[in-house]
Amino acid sequence: MGDRSLLVELGDEISPEVNRRVREFYVILLENPIEGLLEIVPAYRSLLIIYDPLKLDLVMIKNRMDDLQKKIGEIQIPEPKTLEIPVVYGGEYGPDMEWVSQYHNISVDEVIQLHTGTTYQVYMIGFMPGFPYLGELPEGLATPRRETPRTVIPQGSVAIAQRQTGIYPVESPGGWQILGRTPLKLFNPLHSPPTLLEMGDLVRFFSIGEKEFKQWQQ
Amino acid sequence: MAAVETIEVLTPGPLTSLQDLGRFGYGRYGVPHSGALDTFSLRAANLLVGNKENEACLEITMFGLRIKALRDVAIAVTGGDLLPFYNDKPLSMWVSFILKEGDTLSFRGMKSGFRSYLAIGGGFFLAEVMGSRSTNLSSGFGGFDGRPVKKGDIFTAHSLHPHLETEGRWFPQDLIPRYRREWRLRVIFGPQDDQFTEEGRNTVLNSPYQVSHQSDRTGIRLAGPSVERRPNVHESIISEGVIPGAIQVPGDGQPIIILVEIVTGGYRKIATVITADLPLLGQIKPGDMVNFEEVSLDDAYETLREIEERIKRFKESLSSQS
Repeated sequence: MGDRSLLVELGDEISPEVNRRVREFYVILLENPIEGLLEIVPAYRSLLIIYDPLKLDLVMIKNRMDDLQKKIGEIQIPEPKTLEIPVVYGGEYGPDMEWVSQYHNISVDEVIQLHTGTTYQVYMIGFMPGFPYLGELPEGLATPRRETPRTVIPQGSVAIAQRQTGIYPVESPGGWQILGRTPLKLFNPLHSPPTLLEMGDLVRFFSIGEKEFKQWQQ
Repeated sequence: MAAVETIEVLTPGPLTSLQDLGRFGYGRYGVPHSGALDTFSLRAANLLVGNKENEACLEITMFGLRIKALRDVAIAVTGGDLLPFYNDKPLSMWVSFILKEGDTLSFRGMKSGFRSYLAIGGGFFLAEVMGSRSTNLSSGFGGFDGRPVKKGDIFTAHSLHPHLETEGRWFPQDLIPRYRREWRLRVIFGPQDDQFTEEGRNTVLNSPYQVSHQSDRTGIRLAGPSVERRPNVHESIISEGVIPGAIQVPGDGQPIIILVEIVTGGYRKIATVITADLPLLGQIKPGDMVNFEEVSLDDAYETLREIEERIKRFKESLSSQS
């Protein structure tokens, strides 16, 4: 992309296998530092490599990436963590819950059962610091984005769009359908790592009441 | 050594924030680079007052910032001409100037460009967050309390005195960029240019686009002829990393030039602005017209090397200036 980055594509679909290759390649890049490499942005099926164009050019970086890709499959990557995330579903915490249940013609309880009944993988962190893209939602809960995005979505909102679910780490605008809210803090710029979830982690949601939400916040 | 108070904010203007050359290496956590949009002007301002190139500066958007010097400080104002005045006299830009204790500095309007950079000799004494002093405005960290500056903020610095000796340093006239209302930005096609029609690619290159008022540090939104995708190509893609300068085309066909507050995106990118032209993006304002011109990778590198060579010559000249 342009004169200072290269998009390394390791597949063309959202799948645990392709994403595992991305995570492996990320570790390979950390283990083989390249002078002049400024940033790596790993995503579902690709890594964006940003380099200093005064130190490296596209041909150099491309050759290096082709070489390093041969190591995929030969290395060990850290075992993912599994996290359980508490969520208050519906009501003022999940303003799109009613709409989503009507869209699928199922009850609110069934929406909650579907959402809490699946183990999700963190495919990437993006859009904003600490926002996890979690997949995949059960087919029965696949929902289009809101036609009109909201200008304010509260911190901790748990939302869905198509076959993905995610959590807004801080208050922001956004177009996903909000099902509930977690009291957990997903991003702290002063912590290392700064995010609660990392790429590759596994996540399950569980339902809590408003009272527990408030206790958790304290 | 204790930090001493340097300046106080009297009025902040619509958006003034602390920025340096950006925050790198945290892309896997979704952390964008932030940083000055016009890095050329930020580097020049720092060099003029004897700072490191990467020191934080105030990035002033549009107009309205007023500050008071709490002691004698060396300053330099670069970038867009927002009509800077010290007390009631016009201030020369692109030179090192001593603001005396009690003097005020104000930015009174938009003559050219969109953002000014104010460097203080000795910099801003602030903690780094993830390796940078840049303010991340959307998530609220870095810079000064993770927010735009506001009335009553007081900044501090170490060792002001050596910087006072830079008084009178000037930036070569022929190196100062000119900011017009009509921009020609050089681009390289890709990475998804093949998913647009030939006509779509020609549209981008041959049409003037107007900058929308919805633009901010996340992106410059453009309005003009719609850029056509190939048939059967869906409007969004599986999200992936993006860089500042990438030109993404959402469903409505109206291009957006990505800036520094986002690190991933889910739309196709038809082309990317070359590194040498990136600083200009910080000076483009709503209502301006933008044209794109395709260049080769070799031309892009050549242009960048020329600019860096000139900055290097300026740095070398500094020892003889003062």
